[in-house]
Amino acid sequence: MSSLIGAGSLPPLDVTRAPEGGEVGPVQSGWKLAVREFASNKLAVTGVGILIFFLLFSFVGPVFYHGNYLTSNLVATNQAPGAGYPLGTNNQGYDELALLMKGGQAALEVGFFSAVIAIVIGALYGAISGLAGGIVDAVLMRVVDVFLSIPFLFIVLIVAVRFGASVLSLSLLIGAFSWLVPARLVRGEVLTLRVRDFVAAARVAGASQARLISRHLLPNAFGVVIVNVTFQVADAILYIAALGFLGFGLQWPNQDWGDLLSNGVTYLQDGYWWQIWPVGACIVLVVMACNLIGDAARDSLDVRLRRR
Amino acid sequence: MIGYIVRRIGTSIVVLFGVSIFIFALLHAIYPSPAIDVLGSRANGVLIAAWNKDNGFDDPWIVQYLHYIGNLFQGNLGYSYKLNQSVGSLISEVWARSAWLSGASLVLSVLIAMPLGIYQAIRRNTIGDYAATTVAFSLYAMPVFLLGLILIEIFALDLHIFSFEGSQATSLPAIIVDVRSMTLPIVTLTLLSVASYSRYMRSSAMDVLAQDYIKVSRAKGLPERLVLTRHLVRNASLPMVTLIGLSIPFLLSGNLITETLFNYKGLGLLFYTALQNVDYNVLLAYTLIGALLTIIGNLVADIALTVADPRIRLA
Repeated sequence: MSSLIGAGSLPPLDVTRAPEGGEVGPVQSGWKLAVREFASNKLAVTGVGILIFFLLFSFVGPVFYHGNYLTSNLVATNQAPGAGYPLGTNNQGYDELALLMKGGQAALEVGFFSAVIAIVIGALYGAISGLAGGIVDAVLMRVVDVFLSIPFLFIVLIVAVRFGASVLSLSLLIGAFSWLVPARLVRGEVLTLRVRDFVAAARVAGASQARLISRHLLPNAFGVVIVNVTFQVADAILYIAALGFLGFGLQWPNQDWGDLLSNGVTYLQDGYWWQIWPVGACIVLVVMACNLIGDAARDSLDVRLRRR
Repeated sequence: MIGYIVRRIGTSIVVLFGVSIFIFALLHAIYPSPAIDVLGSRANGVLIAAWNKDNGFDDPWIVQYLHYIGNLFQGNLGYSYKLNQSVGSLISEVWARSAWLSGASLVLSVLIAMPLGIYQAIRRNTIGDYAATTVAFSLYAMPVFLLGLILIEIFALDLHIFSFEGSQATSLPAIIVDVRSMTLPIVTLTLLSVASYSRYMRSSAMDVLAQDYIKVSRAKGLPERLVLTRHLVRNASLPMVTLIGLSIPFLLSGNLITETLFNYKGLGLLFYTALQNVDYNVLLAYTLIGALLTIIGNLVADIALTVADPRIRLA
């Protein structure tokens, strides 16, 4: 994605002339550089903007906009956008704009929580595996292989059908199956970090394994983790959209975007576009924003690593 | 190399057993017994206990697992109490339909994505590259069903070129010639795969273009056409082998959603119906088949890569 991101567009550092004639730039920490690179990336800033918009739309929007999404209103079903209904109504007479906000809450909450769960499990698992090495590492990584071979959507569907879907259960479920990639990434980082001098120094100073992981290894593997979080969020949002679309999503009165879409599809031939395309656009925009941020974060992380 | 392949097959078998134990235990925990579905919701506890005893559902799960695996080796996938048919016959009725849908879209997407990615790498940062990247990036963020809906709206409902439903024909040859019905499902899956494959192909080709042997062949005056066909394409395609092997789970879930959306009676729709009916044995069998395909996909990709890339053989 580097071309889309427009790599190498760092603004010049504050350069001052040194008395000897050479140029002296301020020494910046890797993280500062990474943030600079990220902020100078137009697409990344667009992604952050879209995400902030949807956060405000979903969580602050309902404070100002009180649409009806709780009581059926049979005299106002399938209304086209107009006075009183900025985005029309559905077959129950629910207000589409209010439903979009409600669905946005669910998507963002599940996306965020499941990503946090996945990252926490994955980072610890990967760090332990990488640090332990040897037979423990081999066994732990085979377990990851086993989990990676499980058709995850099938399991999520089966569990969701049996126990019903809620924001909490979906987050736990998606999180419980998406820690595998972060685990591999963190393990890879730890394998390169653990032979470095600062880890040896910490060992000599008597640091315990737990301290090594929490104070030395994980903070240094943090970059990889933070990049992965954004992709996890995007994936989770796609998953619950798929679940909702197949009819196994959140239970009323909670709403998710996939559910709205599958409801609207019934009326595709009637031309009730407002029940389909706005919610479709919401899903695509949020997922795209997460991907843009992730790609840019990875590129800027490369800048940070380059300084090592 | 033989040693590597044998070892690789060995790990796959171990992983396969691990996966099957996990899936069996999980599904068993979720649906301990189909008794209530078979006997009806008014069955009393005594009846259920008797039925469980007769059908072995009161054994410890590990015993049931061994029993199930034993049956598997005899080609018995269990019985669908909902459809009154063996799972094996249900699957054998429809698997070819799914194979056609997934196979056709997989082949098409590779045929499109590889030249596209190479074109983008050679002409990088031109209008064509930006356009392709933008399209790929939008498709990448799009759920399968939304893309399918957009295609249905445009090509089936507005233009009336294609059908909004997958082929309902019963024989595979009839489905293959039913282009009007099969175009949209196949294109839906193809476009999504192209979006991700072309991104990988582009970055892989860009990595290869930066290699010294490309500079050397250009410097020695090799025509650009030969540089591209002999050196670039072959080397840049190697990561694609792994990528395709790893993409089986995505193909399976794409299949599930596409078949449901287009009402195309393949394995995906069978699974979807089983979800609605809580048809335990079908769910278990197809989840296991999915895991098996995933493992085979990884295995074949790894072996194919060793065959294709001599550098790995030496290592």
